Amino acid sequence: MSSKFTAKPDELSKIDYTPPGKRWMDTPVEFKEHTFCWGARGKNLSAVEFPNARDWSPVEEDWKLPENWQEIFLEGMKERLDKYRSFRLFMDICVRCGACADKCHFFIGGGDPKNMPVLRGELLRSVYRKYFTASGRMLGRAAGARELTLDVLKELWYYYFQCTECRRCSVFCPYGIDQAEITMIGRELLNLLGLNTDWIAGPVANCYRVGNHIGLEPHTIKSSMEFFLDDIETITGIKIEPSFNRKGAEILFIAPSGDLFADPGTYTAMGYLMLFHELGIDYTWSTYASEGGNFGLFTSNEMAKRLNAKIYTEAKRLGVKWILGGECGHMWRVLHQYMDTWNGPADFLEVPVSPITGTRFENAKSTKMIHIAEFTADLIKHRKLKIDPSRNDHLSVTWHDSCNTARGMGILEEPRYVLRNVCNNFYEMPENTIKEKTFCCGSGAGLNASENMELRMRGGFPRANAVKYVRDTHGVNMLATICAIDRVALKSLMEYWVPDVEVAGLHELVGNALVMKGEKERTLDLRLEPLRGKATEE
Amino acid sequence: MKILFPFFAVIALVLLAYTGVKIANLQLLFGVVTPYIAIALFILGFIYRVVTWGRSPVPFRIPTTRGQQKSLPWIKQDKLGNPSSTIGVIGRMFLEVFFFRPLFMNMKTEMASENRVVYGSDKWLWLAGLAFHYSFLIVVIRHIEFFVQPVPFYLDFLKSIDGFFEIGVPRLFMTGVLLLVSTIYLFLRRVYIPQVRYISLVADYFPLFLLMGIASTGIFMRYFFPVDLVSVKMLALGLVSFNPVIPEGIGAIFYVHVFLVSILLAYFPFSKLMHMGGVFLSPTLNMVNNSRIIRHINPWNYPVHVHTYEEYENDFREKMIEAGIPVEKKE
Repeated sequence: MSSKFTAKPDELSKIDYTPPGKRWMDTPVEFKEHTFCWGARGKNLSAVEFPNARDWSPVEEDWKLPENWQEIFLEGMKERLDKYRSFRLFMDICVRCGACADKCHFFIGGGDPKNMPVLRGELLRSVYRKYFTASGRMLGRAAGARELTLDVLKELWYYYFQCTECRRCSVFCPYGIDQAEITMIGRELLNLLGLNTDWIAGPVANCYRVGNHIGLEPHTIKSSMEFFLDDIETITGIKIEPSFNRKGAEILFIAPSGDLFADPGTYTAMGYLMLFHELGIDYTWSTYASEGGNFGLFTSNEMAKRLNAKIYTEAKRLGVKWILGGECGHMWRVLHQYMDTWNGPADFLEVPVSPITGTRFENAKSTKMIHIAEFTADLIKHRKLKIDPSRNDHLSVTWHDSCNTARGMGILEEPRYVLRNVCNNFYEMPENTIKEKTFCCGSGAGLNASENMELRMRGGFPRANAVKYVRDTHGVNMLATICAIDRVALKSLMEYWVPDVEVAGLHELVGNALVMKGEKERTLDLRLEPLRGKATEE
Repeated sequence: MKILFPFFAVIALVLLAYTGVKIANLQLLFGVVTPYIAIALFILGFIYRVVTWGRSPVPFRIPTTRGQQKSLPWIKQDKLGNPSSTIGVIGRMFLEVFFFRPLFMNMKTEMASENRVVYGSDKWLWLAGLAFHYSFLIVVIRHIEFFVQPVPFYLDFLKSIDGFFEIGVPRLFMTGVLLLVSTIYLFLRRVYIPQVRYISLVADYFPLFLLMGIASTGIFMRYFFPVDLVSVKMLALGLVSFNPVIPEGIGAIFYVHVFLVSILLAYFPFSKLMHMGGVFLSPTLNMVNNSRIIRHINPWNYPVHVHTYEEYENDFREKMIEAGIPVEKKE
């Protein structure tokens, strides 16, 4: 089963957008190798008290479903139709105009018609019509309705885990129909039957008990950070001592745990540490709330809320005044659009005020949590940072807007402002591929596993193509972003499609450019690679 | 099959009304009874659908943001793409509903040479959509003249604009032709664009054929086989005053026209045509992006089982103490 993914970029980019002659309802799902994730292991489901916890495999005939699985699925559907206006409306009002069809990165990079958002939606809408509308019940297929068979369930699973919930389709839909919303509810229904992927269920189980997706225990968080601190000392000569779980700090800082685990995210974490040290702000990390990201969001509303609860609970326990959040994509969809509703009100916190500039962040006066790009942009605007952008002169940078922060929040100019100030060479990708029209990395919403590499490379194809364009026209060699999944996913994506472009977080570049009090002359960037013009002098 | 079935369904409807009037003299059925039933179904059905949507709450504030958020005062917010106030949302909805902004943004994704993807502007759907909806709207407004006496001045004004080019006798109304042409375009793109053809259902073709039938019978009646407009107006006034009459001598084609309109009205609430009401309720469009400023309340929010700090510390206390991380309980 697990042969290595070896397809070359040349093969993968032969894409045919013509749909097959056979109608889609008559085309059963085919589980193509390297395009889907392993099924969730029983232990990861039972760790969070999820139903039907058992080991299973998507390619096996028997999915070990409960006998009344149809009833469970349809009951769940009814419940959610009554709970979400979005869901009911999106099941009803699509006119199949096709405007969304070629907006999905999976369709653009793969050509599978069931990856057109409209058809991904129809997979579930057809079931809705059969069981929840009079015309579907009476006319069946003529009304676009079909029964919920095992094949249909498998098809739903396959394609709802080929959607990264990026919302690009929603931008182009005349009714704002958001396939991300439908996918989220679809996955929630699948989870009622224990049908998650292990790449999502594993991190969820980790995060629930240990505090973060990666499963870093408290002492490990501290020791991995020691490595960064050593590197920072090597680079700057400055020894930084961050605090953990410290009561009475003014600010609680929460980053996606990915930044503590693998490069290039680790360089971004170094950037955070250097910035906070230089500012001398009174802040603490938490090992209990050591995850800003939330794979619960890719599982179910309830699971996302359960994981997210730790943030406010910990802020309350530590007695901080407000919360600062690191660079992450879906983390900010959660913090911006869900957290306060789920686990607020955060009336024990104060409206965030920058201790350096005195800026009161009125845009977060209820949640009391701001994005670090907002925080840093404000610092730079008030000239509170000493910056030497020439230290990033070895880089020619382009900016990738993350889906969730672009289309579920709208943080577009803050990071660009920071970027323009910390580096001299910044080039935008083509207009149709950035900001609200940005392309997903192809690995969001829990799809950044290794067994589905073909899917990821196909999904990231439009993004890679735009990067290739600025590489060829402007010599771009660095793709910067504010998303932890991006930092991991884009790295593999670039290696595959645009090999000479690397990936960085925004605060890695801030860390490079930041002139710190008492630092030695810098000859290395945060990757311990020589700065331009400095290497030969050493 | 997906195309032929709805096509013949509409043909059958036409023949039904035609023979019903021509042979069986069922003027009363097609001119009075069906319109009444259709209008009742339309109004009640429409209300039912909107109320059903309205009864499902909006648990989360989930606008799709299409531009810069409101954050720091010196960063320019996109007030229409990412509204932070009710006025902004009204502006956004205005652009959505009256100008189909997302379709205006539409572009076509194509593979150019050397495995390069390119995105070209594609505004045909937007143009056809606007042409269709606005000409349909004006055609409907023009028809008010049959239902009121005296005819209000604005209808005369509207008609004079609609017939501005003064082609033929009676003067050609541009909107009637535009309605037919745009409907035919919407049909053709459904057939010729492979992806759109692939996703299309019977429910997508049926209303198009129905509209073609309505528009062409209307055009036929006005320009080629004129019906007695005075009698038509008597019938229409009878309907609205609940004193239905069937005047003599109205051609069968009129009853076909009215019957197709009745079918459209009756079909409307139970079909995708309800996007007309639904677009106003869409939470991704009609919500203010202020979820960090004002707490949005979920009416069914319920307490959940969480892993408490205490449980966490119990799991890791020794390791935390050893690593010098503060703990609540020392043993």
